[in-house]
Amino acid sequence: MDEVLLRSLTPSVLGILVRRGADFAAAEDAVQDALVEAVRVWPAEPPRDPKGWLITVAWRRFLDATRADTARRRREDLVDEQPVPESAPGVDDTLQLYFLCAHPSLTPSSAVALTLRAVGGLTTRQIAQAYLVPEATMGQRISRAKRTVSEVRFDQPGDVATVLRVLYLVFNEGYSGDVDLSAEAIRLTRQLAASIDHPEVSGLLALMLLTHARRAARTAPDGSLVPLAEQDRSRWNTESIAEGVEILQAALARDRLGEFQAQAAIAALHADAATAEETDWVQIVEWYDELARLTDNPVVRLNRAVAVGEADGARSGLAALATLDASLPRYTAVAAYLHERDGDLATAARLYAEAAHHAPNLAERDHLTRQAARLNAGRPDR
Amino acid sequence: MAKYLLLKHYRGAPAAVNDVPMDQWAPDEITAHVQYMRDFADRLEETGEFVDGQALAPDGMFVRYDGEGRPPITDGPFAETKDLIAGWMVIDVDSHERAVELAGELSAAPGAGGRPIHEWLELRPFLTEPPTITE
Repeated sequence: MDEVLLRSLTPSVLGILVRRGADFAAAEDAVQDALVEAVRVWPAEPPRDPKGWLITVAWRRFLDATRADTARRRREDLVDEQPVPESAPGVDDTLQLYFLCAHPSLTPSSAVALTLRAVGGLTTRQIAQAYLVPEATMGQRISRAKRTVSEVRFDQPGDVATVLRVLYLVFNEGYSGDVDLSAEAIRLTRQLAASIDHPEVSGLLALMLLTHARRAARTAPDGSLVPLAEQDRSRWNTESIAEGVEILQAALARDRLGEFQAQAAIAALHADAATAEETDWVQIVEWYDELARLTDNPVVRLNRAVAVGEADGARSGLAALATLDASLPRYTAVAAYLHERDGDLATAARLYAEAAHHAPNLAERDHLTRQAARLNAGRPDR
Repeated sequence: MAKYLLLKHYRGAPAAVNDVPMDQWAPDEITAHVQYMRDFADRLEETGEFVDGQALAPDGMFVRYDGEGRPPITDGPFAETKDLIAGWMVIDVDSHERAVELAGELSAAPGAGGRPIHEWLELRPFLTEPPTITE
């Protein structure tokens, strides 16, 4: 049984239950139950109409769960009165679910968890494993999130930007446990792109595809990080790159630039270079200038300093860096790199060691320590 | 079964035998060290003795309550003299001897020159739940 295919039916089934009058929280629970039941039953008895099967089972679960409820009568009346809107276009429901799960009243971690469950069809256990928290904690986070959005009307238009931020967060977490969050983020963004025509949705999808394409080359067999310049580019996924570039070009042609399109453009320029030396750094600097105009994120200017260092020489890079706040994350690592390019190996080694001390994760710490060790080992004055 | 916490220190433990800062090692020696640590954790997962392992950033601060309606008081970054934990591993083993044996193995991780670091690790038993049968 294709579990991804099964999960892709989640938002439209949930949307139908809500349209039939079920409240979002109860409907979401019922759909989860139906998904679990499908995983159990389908391998032996595959249904002819998977979506119809899910709707029937989820609706029955919803009625069972609310049977004791005083509202039962009212709910059953609702079913009798209303024509069952199963022919309602599924895409609208899906889009509304994205908006609801990324509602601005939710904290980022709640929005991420709710999106993965209600739109992605993942179980609480899978989400908990992926984020390394106990299942009970994740269960609480999800039910609180559902309570928070319980008063939100399902047909209110939402803000695409909030949805994109949630999907970006999911993608950036990478993966742990048995769920590949990056692949899941791509699936959900692709599904969103099918529901709404928006150049930034395309921009984010392109950015994800172009970044994901490098995944196999990004870590060595021993788990250590491989920097972009040293990656074996023959291991980049050309299919993913081609798709990303095509989506990006179509988005850029519409002349409504946004930050995800600009980031994707930079990723595409890296993808275009057969070797690190062939990278078009001048164009990359121009895209960073665009990006800096679109967002006040200081990390953009830090990355721009690296690009300037490549395009105009390490001295220019260091000059660009000097205008930035030294407390920015990875500032010291960038300074170390630019000093090395400038030939000041002693300063570079000292800064790499300092950057390792402040590294936000073990992979980066090991990488930066190794850089310091490499320079120290090569210095005659040790 | 009994749970033990293995604590690794940035500062505060007695000095290791092979005490050389990591950025002074050869790059290959760093790779070998990282591999040893990964293999160690993998092996404990296979034997069913691994519970958890996490690394901590060296930055941090002290925080305390400062009374009703007031924000908590913070004190940091840590003074250079403070005992500073770098990370931990929780193991669930059959005996104290086994816990000591594993801590010894972890301390043998290779360092500068490819020789064992002989790092001092802190080994702490968990307090347990009261037993069901007390007679």
